[in-house]
Amino acid sequence: MDFDLTREQEMIRREVRSFAEKEIAPIAADLDAGEHFSSTLTRKMGEIGLFGMIVSEAYEGQAMDYLSYIIAVEEIARVDGSQAATIAAGNSLGIGPLYYFGTEEQKRRFLPPLCRGQALWGFGLTEPTAGSDAGGSTTTAVRDGDNWVLNGSKIFITNAACDMTLGVTVQAITGTRTGGKPEYTCFLVENGMPGFKAVPMHGKMMWRASNTAELYFDDVRVPQANMLGQKGDGFHQMLQTLDGGRLSIAAMGLGGAIGAYEMALKYARSREQFGQPISKFQAIAFKLADCATEIECGRNLLYKACWLRDRQRPFAKEAAMAKLYCSELMGRVADHAVQIHGGYGLMKDYHVERFYRDHKLLEIGEGTSEVQRIVISRHIGC
Amino acid sequence: MEILVLLKQVPATESLIAIANDRVSIKPDGLKYVMNPYDELAVEEALRIRESQGGTVTILSVGPAKAAEAIRTGLAMGADKGILIDPGNLTCDGLATAKLLAAAIKPMTYDIIIAGHRAVDDDNFQVATALAELLGIPNISMVVKQTLADGKIRCLCTVEGGTKEVEATLPALIATQRGLNDPRYASLPGIMKAKKKPLETRSIADLGLDAAGLQPLVTIKALKMPVERKGGRVIEGDSVAVKVAALVKALHEEAKVI
Repeated sequence: MDFDLTREQEMIRREVRSFAEKEIAPIAADLDAGEHFSSTLTRKMGEIGLFGMIVSEAYEGQAMDYLSYIIAVEEIARVDGSQAATIAAGNSLGIGPLYYFGTEEQKRRFLPPLCRGQALWGFGLTEPTAGSDAGGSTTTAVRDGDNWVLNGSKIFITNAACDMTLGVTVQAITGTRTGGKPEYTCFLVENGMPGFKAVPMHGKMMWRASNTAELYFDDVRVPQANMLGQKGDGFHQMLQTLDGGRLSIAAMGLGGAIGAYEMALKYARSREQFGQPISKFQAIAFKLADCATEIECGRNLLYKACWLRDRQRPFAKEAAMAKLYCSELMGRVADHAVQIHGGYGLMKDYHVERFYRDHKLLEIGEGTSEVQRIVISRHIGC
Repeated sequence: MEILVLLKQVPATESLIAIANDRVSIKPDGLKYVMNPYDELAVEEALRIRESQGGTVTILSVGPAKAAEAIRTGLAMGADKGILIDPGNLTCDGLATAKLLAAAIKPMTYDIIIAGHRAVDDDNFQVATALAELLGIPNISMVVKQTLADGKIRCLCTVEGGTKEVEATLPALIATQRGLNDPRYASLPGIMKAKKKPLETRSIADLGLDAAGLQPLVTIKALKMPVERKGGRVIEGDSVAVKVAALVKALHEEAKVI
């Protein structure tokens, strides 16, 4: 077994960490407080190559392995969940489906600005009445000559309503499969198409500096050329996209856990009570020991899932396990981190409270913890 | 334009330094190493010159095998090739380092050499100046701005409380000062491209030198940690006026700064 990263992976970690500490850390709290998505910062992240990381150079991607991408997300999340969300959603949900399922023409047309980090693309799956139960979705696409007419709405769609957004991939019902289940197909809906409206959502508890949208489709006419893949591919495309997306959510959990743990350890070593640093008390030390141990477990699980994926081996079970474990891991670590900070941990001056809030999405987005357990239980033969 | 950059790998400034048991070196365990910050300015300036004038950027570093990491960071920022001079067991002082660099550079063609004015680990300030002397070329230090025209380099340099403008004929060596530029990050695709860029390692023997001529003229006899800073003092008093009076008195009579 070789646990060493490659020289390039080590360099990516070093450079992304340095970027995150210098460019993101100083403004993360303000962006969070102001619920402010920063396109300036997003473009800077694009300049160092954080978008299109797994896309080939032909479409101006960075042509890296999956583990390198995960390391980058982890390092951004170590400092700020919101920016990590922009990166993870941009790569896995925005760029991913276009790259894996798009026609040559669609890829050449849409990918370059996204891979350069000059534009963003959303992935519209969740609906007001269809979360874990994708079968409850009601957005439809009906053929009319060379066009498809879309009607319906989507909710909680990352990167879909900011000044950098060019459009969204939308999953819609295009018919009924044999057996009576709905047939799904994905369409590329571009900003400016009549009847399409993207509205930013406000009042989020977490990821407050990332962009989240509600999408409305009112007789939106989408040309056949904007169909992603073949008619009826939508369900399969969604499953495959979410398998990969789970790894980046896991990376956010791991990175966020590391960030919270490091703050807690630093605080515990400097905070004195009863005449000594509180890190010397077993009640605190054991919490930190548990955090360090679980972080090690989470990293090994996540990196193994990436290792499988990079070798084109099945990784869906491990991806679900990593997503489940790392998102809950961040919850436990952030909870300990706030507890160790005591009263200060509740104040915005100490960043652990942001990690405590940011973690909660990870157990809900891209498949809840409950759905991950269903996926895992099916893989092990329950 | 053939541009050479001198680079040193140093412990990161935020590292916790501990003195080793021999009392003359630092403990290497757990230290994070980075490119000397003044050398980052040098790499950035070299890349900017290449972007405007064309040419190649070659990075040279004297250090152990590990120092190749810092060279690779420079390659990932955009430099074209790297040369690591590994002195083996030899402990190099500033002059020995300059001699090694001079031996490597003499057979090369170059228009400009850019170095940091000092490395933040030993604060020696010597290598760039000694190298220019050994090569017999002009040396301009503490550069905050440079322009190239008609085979000459014109530089703005910091001096106590102000700046001076100087000019020299190429080839010349310039040493960077903070403010020269804002170094770029190594981009992720840059990191992947750096993989294929040439990085060669040379030993003292490869350079046609022998250890006897490189023995340090200066040796470190002892290292000491800085005196720990004492805690601050809060001036007590019933009113602002009383506190200010007490503060002024303390600054005047105890600290003797006003």
